[in-house]
Amino acid sequence: MNLSRRSFLQASTAGLVITFAIPQVLRAAPKAMPLPPANAFLRIAPDNTISIVLSHVEMGQGIWTGLPMLVAEELDCDWTKIKPEHAPAAPVYGIPGMGFQMTGGSSSTNSEFDRYRQVGAVARDMLVRAAAARWKTTPAKITTKDGVLSFGDKHLTYGDVAEEAMKLKPPGRVTLKQPKDWKIIGTRVKRLDSPEKITGRAQFGMDVQFPGLRTALVRRAPAFGAKLVSFDAAAALKVPGVEKVVQVPSGVAVIAKHFWAAKLGRDALKIEWSQPDGGGVTTKAQFAEYRTLSAKPGTIATDVGKVDNALAKATTKLESFYEVPYLAHASMEPLNTTIKIDGDKVEIWAGTQFPGGDSLAAAKIIGTTPDKVTLHTPFLGGGFGRRGNPAADFVAEAAFVAKAAGVPVKVVWTREDDMHGGYYRPAYLHRVVVATDPKGNPTAWDHTVVGQSILAGTPFEAFGIKNGIDNSSIEGLGDSPYLEKVAAKRVSLHSPKNAVPVLWLRSVGNTHTAFAMESMIDELAHAAKQDPLAYRLALLSDKPRFAKALQLAADKAGWGSAPPPGHARGLAVHESFGSIIAQTAEVSIEHGKIRVHQVTAAVDCGTMVNPQGLEAQIQGAIVFGLTAALFGKLTLEGGRVQQSNFHDYPMLRIHEMPKIDVHVIESGAPMGGIGEPATAPIAPAVANAVFALTGKRLRTLPFDLAEAT
Amino acid sequence: MKLHVNGADHEVDADGDMPLLWALRDLLNLTGTKYGCGVAQCGACTVHLDGHPVRACVTPVKSVGARKVTTIEAIGSPEALHVVQEAWKQADVVQCGYCQSGQIMTAVALLDQVPEPSDAQIDGAMAGNICRCGTYGRVREAIHLASRLKRGGK
Repeated sequence: MNLSRRSFLQASTAGLVITFAIPQVLRAAPKAMPLPPANAFLRIAPDNTISIVLSHVEMGQGIWTGLPMLVAEELDCDWTKIKPEHAPAAPVYGIPGMGFQMTGGSSSTNSEFDRYRQVGAVARDMLVRAAAARWKTTPAKITTKDGVLSFGDKHLTYGDVAEEAMKLKPPGRVTLKQPKDWKIIGTRVKRLDSPEKITGRAQFGMDVQFPGLRTALVRRAPAFGAKLVSFDAAAALKVPGVEKVVQVPSGVAVIAKHFWAAKLGRDALKIEWSQPDGGGVTTKAQFAEYRTLSAKPGTIATDVGKVDNALAKATTKLESFYEVPYLAHASMEPLNTTIKIDGDKVEIWAGTQFPGGDSLAAAKIIGTTPDKVTLHTPFLGGGFGRRGNPAADFVAEAAFVAKAAGVPVKVVWTREDDMHGGYYRPAYLHRVVVATDPKGNPTAWDHTVVGQSILAGTPFEAFGIKNGIDNSSIEGLGDSPYLEKVAAKRVSLHSPKNAVPVLWLRSVGNTHTAFAMESMIDELAHAAKQDPLAYRLALLSDKPRFAKALQLAADKAGWGSAPPPGHARGLAVHESFGSIIAQTAEVSIEHGKIRVHQVTAAVDCGTMVNPQGLEAQIQGAIVFGLTAALFGKLTLEGGRVQQSNFHDYPMLRIHEMPKIDVHVIESGAPMGGIGEPATAPIAPAVANAVFALTGKRLRTLPFDLAEAT
Repeated sequence: MKLHVNGADHEVDADGDMPLLWALRDLLNLTGTKYGCGVAQCGACTVHLDGHPVRACVTPVKSVGARKVTTIEAIGSPEALHVVQEAWKQADVVQCGYCQSGQIMTAVALLDQVPEPSDAQIDGAMAGNICRCGTYGRVREAIHLASRLKRGGK
């Protein structure tokens, strides 16, 4: 970490720091939001370097490039001079209309689409007026291109007038370009973070180094619900390089000169833990309990028509159970946080999706005020939701360690710590009972979901849990287009509690609702002896965006033509985060294992900013979903997680990578998200393909062909 | 203990069992080599010993001896990219980027051994490198591109 790099708030860089008060009373088109204070988002230096401050963090999704594209579209600047940087934790970087600063919910582009374009437009307006003053002409006579202002045969760079521009009053309103005039939005732009990341220069949280910094490893409870009884640090303190052993709420921290000493020291700790209350969660018993719970409706989310009567009268019924296990996010960069306390001043370096919440938590623990806390966000080596925790677990723990240690510390989690550390995608069970008419169309649908609430007990509870329903448990189900025309339907939810901490994981509830819905629809299609595509298209006849995506994915995959011998295709479509994604998967069975050869995705996200980045996100999300479908499984025994590293919690590898084709439909609908939605449809698409191939139905993730019925 | 890293000799104060990874990262401040798993399962820590790719997380420093250690920092710089890095940039491979040092170190060694690798040879060489972001398609594309660039093509 370059400690000399100071945030813009303290910076005294020469040139344009476009400074002005927020024109609160002024309203800009197209939304009734005040214009952004461009000084918080943009700096232009005399050498024409354009620093763009990102309110969202880069964790692989490409926002390091996407937000600058929005600014550049309106600023007409030289793209090669752009230098993005992460924002510090500050209220101005809250998501427009939401207030809090976070990266998640596939919202980084669509939530900032107006604001970052406005930043570019405001800055351009001020630069043009500064140049007009210098040339003694009117702004209308000045043109801009690639960071150069021109008036007749006279030219100035943005850097030349940046200092004068900063003294001007900001515009009351700006007019953004019409989509037809876009030169950057919608074009293929390569990532701005490539050069650092391919040369080992990029700084991740794990890479923070400065003189005097120590490494800490924490021994945490081996089972969820277990508590520390006693520990003996004598042997640990004898390990060369180990300096201190301190107790913190989450366990015992060993502070050493470097990672290796801290690890050896931690291995040498003698430590006793209690048994978890009630014996702790055991996976097999948990699913048995969930199945029992599912026999009766839970808290009602939807109840239309008389479902019980309709099911009792029905002559044709299908009942299926779908199960998904706990999942660890397993970002390639294990969790870590560095904290330096200097009097009442605190500096934090953390790859976090929630800089605001995390710095507040740390301030409280350390006993200072939030304004004394400076949080630096290095690159995130993957996030997937794990680095956005309302409980601020890894930053809060580091605050306790730093406070107790009395020296600057980097708390590093080993891979095993990361995998055992909780905050998993919860395990869920779905019981789905559907009655059909003689044509095989659903007439009654009873859907019961069982699984822990992610939002209960968090600050998000107030708007995420309504009438006892955690929407993140049923998103993609309660609002499924397939259910709209079903006369009698009930969606209900049981949210049992236990000691295993849970959290959102890429595409959140859709990771299981899409699997249950698109598997059941496929079961219904086959029961009706209909082509799975035709059956879906008929049910979605008044949902043109869904129908178009399905048809496109099917056409591009050659649906209807014979697949290669030994192969079969399956499909699925699902909407999440405002985007509709259809996928076909072509599979075979090789050496008793499922092999996915080809995935074809059709994506309707409304409007797209960077096709290059979009494709990467769709491909990456499919790999993420496929990894869960083929391998992802954490099991517990007495509260202890049974898996520990990549040998028993495998990731998809390059030789298992399918060919993935991505096709985009720009429907003009409101802009959807793109980081998460493609995760959801792949598991059912593959399960449906396996059914087409073998006649056997996979209803449990990850897939086990021996369990197919 | 003496280590020869990126063309220079370094004296490191390390227990012989310390993995090379931590000597590089914590003692020599070479943080481009990443910690991902500690058990040679993910490849994020890949470095070269005399040009051969090894997992630094399970390589004790005492076993390195006089062999030359090369890390990502010596492969190329943003101003002077190695041809494999140039291909990585053109193919726009990276996402979060954490695994990419290891991916590139493995790919550089592969192309030194096999100038024109087939998809199967790429799979064979790269299967030990996990990418949680799922960049495998572009990794493969970049290796083919680097192979062409190395041979003077486009």
